[in-house]
Amino acid sequence: MTYSKCRVCREPAIIDLPRHNANFCAEHLLQLCRRQVQKAISDHDMLSFDDKILVAVSGGKDSLAVWDILTELGYRADGLYVGLGIGDYSDISYDFTAAFAGERGLDLQTIDLRGEYGYDVPTAAKVTKRVPCSACGLSKRHLFDKAALDGGYDVVVTGHNLDDEAAVLFGNALRWDVEYLARQFPVLPARPGFPKKVKPLVRLTEREMAAWCIVRGIDYQVEECPMALGNKHLAYKEALNAIERESPGSKSAFYLNFVDKMAPILAGHSQAASGELNDCAVCGSPTTGETCAFCRLQDRVSGREPVPVELVLNKKARKAYLAAQSAAEE
Amino acid sequence: MIVRLRQPKRQISIEGVRTVNQLLDSLDMNRESFLVIRNGTLVPGDGRLDDDDTIEIRPVVSGG
Repeated sequence: MTYSKCRVCREPAIIDLPRHNANFCAEHLLQLCRRQVQKAISDHDMLSFDDKILVAVSGGKDSLAVWDILTELGYRADGLYVGLGIGDYSDISYDFTAAFAGERGLDLQTIDLRGEYGYDVPTAAKVTKRVPCSACGLSKRHLFDKAALDGGYDVVVTGHNLDDEAAVLFGNALRWDVEYLARQFPVLPARPGFPKKVKPLVRLTEREMAAWCIVRGIDYQVEECPMALGNKHLAYKEALNAIERESPGSKSAFYLNFVDKMAPILAGHSQAASGELNDCAVCGSPTTGETCAFCRLQDRVSGREPVPVELVLNKKARKAYLAAQSAAEE
Repeated sequence: MIVRLRQPKRQISIEGVRTVNQLLDSLDMNRESFLVIRNGTLVPGDGRLDDDDTIEIRPVVSGG
């Protein structure tokens, strides 16, 4: 039994959204999500219906939701999944992605890091002695850019949501990292060697995206990436959610007001966006040096013996990972 | 009631809580970070819960 009513139709609500000071039924939650995506697309000139779109999909709620919403709105969107080689987590994530695409008749392309480039994320993390998310992000950015350019796509869509962007902004603001702040906007315009990249979910929280998937019957990877356990991004999200609980609407005000008010002030402050670039000597991608970061990484780690996931986790993350493995076997 | 938790998957039994918000508060879970699902349907914060319910508390925060 539910007491709260949908703000729109007064039928029983399925979700309370304190930041809107309102409750919604399933139908009007979906309507809210669609409208927020349409507003983001319109406000930031993200997409047109003529665009050939490539969605970066991971099997998680956000990337499957954004693919679902764009397709539902009538956009032409294919998916690209990169197999990162993170043990069972990657295998299960691929299964969710393939099932989603298969059930809807959508075109899904896949790249297997180990099969095609000779390494995986745990091995890269071990060899480079850097946090796993660093090698993961670098690899995905390069491969999505390359696939978009090679495939003649007009734009790459990612599933970054309001919580993701607010957490990144929080981290950048803690350091007043102007270089990163000047690049943290919902649209990255195309440049020579780089496709246009857009984030249509920046007006929606991850709670709303999870709710979208549940209402729409989308099965997704609920478990956390073992490599991300205990990372700073999660700590920033936890801090922001503690603030949001006390002051609903804080996250959206923090990020969306940054986009509205700081974008004009920070315009032109990104050296990476305006600096001169060379062609990578190996792959031809744009780089500030002779060889791009992806090719340097591949050169260091390709062909190495695969490193098991648990060997690159810190003590706390390893404990959580082994508990998850044990639960999965029961 | 039976409560299924994720990250990692596990199950606990709780009695005496009457609403979703009470349940999340009793487990020290921030309402902004979780959704509660009963029989495949979302239940809002003031949604009533019964001791014979089986529900899932699903975390929504991801770190990738």
